[in-house]
Amino acid sequence: MLRESITRNSVLLAMFAVCTTLLITGTYLLTKDRIGEQKRIAEEKALLQIVPRDRHDNSMLDDVIVVGPETAGLGLAEDRRVYIARKGEDVVTAIIPVTAPDGYTGDIELIVGVNNDGSIAGVRALSHRETPGLGDKVDARKSDWILSFNGRSLKNPGLSGWAVKKDKGVFDQFTGATITPRAVVAATLRALQYAEANHKSLFAGVAATPATGEE
Amino acid sequence: MTDVSYRELSLNGLWKNNPAIVQLLGLCPLLAVTASVVNAIGLAAATAMVLVCSNISVSLIRNIVSDAIRLPAFVMIIASAVTCIELLMQAFTYELYEILGIFLPLITTNCVILGRADGFASRNRLAPAAYDGLIMGAGFGLVLILLGALRELLGTGALFANMDLLFGPGATDWKLTMIDDYPNFLLAILPPGAFIFTGLLIAGKNLVDAQIKRRQDALKARPVKGAKRVRVTGHIS
Repeated sequence: MLRESITRNSVLLAMFAVCTTLLITGTYLLTKDRIGEQKRIAEEKALLQIVPRDRHDNSMLDDVIVVGPETAGLGLAEDRRVYIARKGEDVVTAIIPVTAPDGYTGDIELIVGVNNDGSIAGVRALSHRETPGLGDKVDARKSDWILSFNGRSLKNPGLSGWAVKKDKGVFDQFTGATITPRAVVAATLRALQYAEANHKSLFAGVAATPATGEE
Repeated sequence: MTDVSYRELSLNGLWKNNPAIVQLLGLCPLLAVTASVVNAIGLAAATAMVLVCSNISVSLIRNIVSDAIRLPAFVMIIASAVTCIELLMQAFTYELYEILGIFLPLITTNCVILGRADGFASRNRLAPAAYDGLIMGAGFGLVLILLGALRELLGTGALFANMDLLFGPGATDWKLTMIDDYPNFLLAILPPGAFIFTGLLIAGKNLVDAQIKRRQDALKARPVKGAKRVRVTGHIS
């Protein structure tokens, strides 16, 4: 009797497991493509904010250079991608990932779009956990602050100007939050320096490289 | 429990036995995601969907499963319902999925759901079980949304920001700025604010209940008064 009920219950539970697994598998298979697509759209949306469609004509998501923790200056914890925006064969902008390790609450992941001439096309915070209402003004949805980097370069302002106003630089800090903007300014500067140091490989363009190599 | 009054069920889910402010179940997501209305609606919808699905399935299998394997079977059903809904939200409302993050899978551990599955759905026919899931979900959702609205309004001075995450690009301009140049009231947005406002909601509900009770007592008292007088006269005679 006991053996019978144990058998019956285990078979029943196993059947439940099979049914629910089937259900989940089905849903997964049905939504898999759409989820992949949504992820790409979300990823591209951030890139398009920096380089709008009228400034480039390639698919930035497919035109990438992999950078990782070993890449000097970017402070990345894992492999990320530099996205290249081109118009025709010319590289317009390289969108460089950079991590600010010194945010108020942990890492701030940024992408910095650097134009061919060394000026900034735009900076966006991809993920951060800064205090709502204070440090989260780095988020473009919350405040325009991050747009103040647009058009800046290593010469505008000079190196000493790349700091928040409290540190005698040119960038505003937020009321009540200096640590966050300080971290973002420093990380953006590092991305610019990286772009300058690697200008050739970033802006040479895939199509152009072999041609110049042959000449 | 063959005769189930739908009126009673509604009253229970929405007010008398509200999962969030009377049973105090599922407080973790309640406190964590109610910083804005859009988050609250997202989690409310997901929770209600899971509740309906799990209540329906549990009611369907209520005669098959024995007591011994009741709970594991229910948990399996709930977990799979949550996973499916998580996948669907990822596919159709990706940004909201990103915002709700960990709180979607955590719906599995929301005691409201197991509580209703075990306490109601496993003893009732399909239709009442489904309705109970819906109304309990609505009761939970109402509190979520109310709390979200309160905290968003007091915290940022605006309402319905970022509704496009849930309702598509057409909802971008739903945002109502109630107070211009509002200095953000941080406490309302941070977790401690969630506790305080939940407490206030509970207090408010108790206040209304007390009011109703007093009124009912007053109604009851009147005929008693009359009866007393009759008795008094009876005494005198």
